[in-house]
Amino acid sequence: MFFSFMEELRTAGISASLKEHLALLAALDADVIGQSPEEFYYLARATLVKDEALLDRFDQVFGKVFKGIFTEYGQNPVDVPADWLKAIAEKYLSPEEMAKIEKMGSWDELMETLKKRLEEQEKRHQGGNKWVGTGGTSPYGNSGYNPEGVRIGGESKHKRAVKVWDKREFQNLDNTKELGTRNIKIAMRRLRRFARDGAAEELDIDGTINGTARQGWLDIKMRPERRNAIKLLLMLDVGGSMDPFIKLCEELFSAATSEFKNLEFFYFHNCPYEGVWKDNKRRFSERTQMWDLLHKFPHDYKVVMVGDASMSPYEITHPGGSVEHFNEESGAVWMNRITSTYPATVWLNPVPEKQWGYSQSTKIIKELMNDRMYPLTLEGLDDAMRELSRKHGH
Amino acid sequence: MRFQGTDDYVATDDLKVAVNAATTLRRPLLVKGEPGTGKTVLAYEIAKALGTPLIEWNIKSTTKAHQGLYEYDAVARLRDSQLGEARVHDIKNYIKKGKLWEAFTAPQLPVLLIDEIDKADIEFPNDLLQELDRMEFFVYETQETIKAVERPIVIITSNNEKELPDAFLRRCFFHYIKFPDRTTMQAIIDVHFPGIQKMLVSKAMDIFYEVRDVPGLKKKPSTSELLDWLKLLLHEDMPLDVLQSRDPTKAIPPLHGALLKNEQDIMLFERLAFMARRPNN
Repeated sequence: MFFSFMEELRTAGISASLKEHLALLAALDADVIGQSPEEFYYLARATLVKDEALLDRFDQVFGKVFKGIFTEYGQNPVDVPADWLKAIAEKYLSPEEMAKIEKMGSWDELMETLKKRLEEQEKRHQGGNKWVGTGGTSPYGNSGYNPEGVRIGGESKHKRAVKVWDKREFQNLDNTKELGTRNIKIAMRRLRRFARDGAAEELDIDGTINGTARQGWLDIKMRPERRNAIKLLLMLDVGGSMDPFIKLCEELFSAATSEFKNLEFFYFHNCPYEGVWKDNKRRFSERTQMWDLLHKFPHDYKVVMVGDASMSPYEITHPGGSVEHFNEESGAVWMNRITSTYPATVWLNPVPEKQWGYSQSTKIIKELMNDRMYPLTLEGLDDAMRELSRKHGH
Repeated sequence: MRFQGTDDYVATDDLKVAVNAATTLRRPLLVKGEPGTGKTVLAYEIAKALGTPLIEWNIKSTTKAHQGLYEYDAVARLRDSQLGEARVHDIKNYIKKGKLWEAFTAPQLPVLLIDEIDKADIEFPNDLLQELDRMEFFVYETQETIKAVERPIVIITSNNEKELPDAFLRRCFFHYIKFPDRTTMQAIIDVHFPGIQKMLVSKAMDIFYEVRDVPGLKKKPSTSELLDWLKLLLHEDMPLDVLQSRDPTKAIPPLHGALLKNEQDIMLFERLAFMARRPNN
């Protein structure tokens, strides 16, 4: 049973397995549900889909496979007033059904046909009060009459929101995975380099057993906790053209702060010059001199610069090119100082890689970075982390 | 034995089907959903509706799978051996039963709640595969197999912090509690506050859904927050016209602390209020 359904599900990327198929059949066998299409839909959904992101896809497949197969049962929907039907139909018809109806002609015509068909159903529907599977054992086949028309009648009588699968309520959950905090964290795990240093706080079980066996008494050994020893310096471009990327940068920032114990961050605008800052509200009053920064943090710090590198080329190449102040030395000089102080430096660019070629400043920065500019996507981040974790001679 | 929801819990049709499938076939039911939509409460209510005891296993980041089966207290045995206690000779005295063991051998069929399974290590669900599938496990220390007398009803909740392995998912029924629509919400409120004024509820719900619709909220308020807020409104005897006033300059709803749990969200509302006020000045 339901082989085509399973096949369709698998083609749609819902990896329902034999195990789940058997579970569904077992549940049907155990009479978990009554004989209604909705309950069958709910049961199939609970059995075959295990990820809320796939629910919408499941609804689509379900609608496609079982379209026109379900028939209503045990009711005479003939006496439904036409205008009421119309109202209900407007509410519940799916877009394709609407298109179909429009093809058939005006509302009045449709109502006439509908009435006729409903009458016909009353006469012919005696006894056949069971929904049917793909085998099509019902007196009416797939296309014996307008299934939509009859189903409308059924709905209004039962007052339930039938065809829940056609409503596709879960549709905005289905998305191809974007860069969420969790994904960033996982990408950043590449940078982990565990080392034991600091105070001995953890019980070293192996050492203790060993010591106890040697000494003949309980010889407790302690050792320092394993920590991620990577030290990271994060430099973020803020303001202006970076505004559209705030959310992305926030995510990166929060993932980084929770992942690294030794993390320092600074902000700059467009291109780093002689001063950076830690608080954007006091960017002019509380600046850290770049020289201090270069001297304070040792060479083994890894540097991640985040910025769109979109600016006027003069802001990089010429002294006094900065848009905010008069810089004695050009941005390029400062960039070189950073890259030579910290061999492990990468630039993450939130602008899609395809567009980099159109901006001259991006090309210059990329050159200054020795090509170590990566797009701020999962893949780019992964590559950047790989580059950072390479052994760098100094 | 059919679950139909209880006096205190409004279950939608799809939830009922999922619960009934899980209880009939005795396979674990995995429940996901936004925080505050009643995942944990569901297990309580199933136990209540079926009149069975509930065994709760709350998972933390440090929880290991074997802790649910049993733990062997070697340190206690070592200490007892040095003190010359008689019970040291039987290893059984040092085996502590875990929640799964408890559930397997319970005199009455229990509901076992494994709460927030995603909190544990990423390997945790894999370590429980066999145990949940066959409902039995082996105790090495005593060389005995513990087998469930009757397969317990297992409810597992997850907040989606970690993805669960496929092999684990295949053994479960799955239900995603979606955020309740207005009618369901009304039913939920009726269950929790039977005598509440209709007007107050409808105004409060208007505001609640509006708050949920504000773009850019870090944490959208959910059912449990709405219920808390209503409780506060009732407790403070908030006059209806405060909710009704709809003054755009007061974008922040009264007693917003129950709805907005994040200072950035509150700031967002203050900004909205400020922007609404500006043209008047």
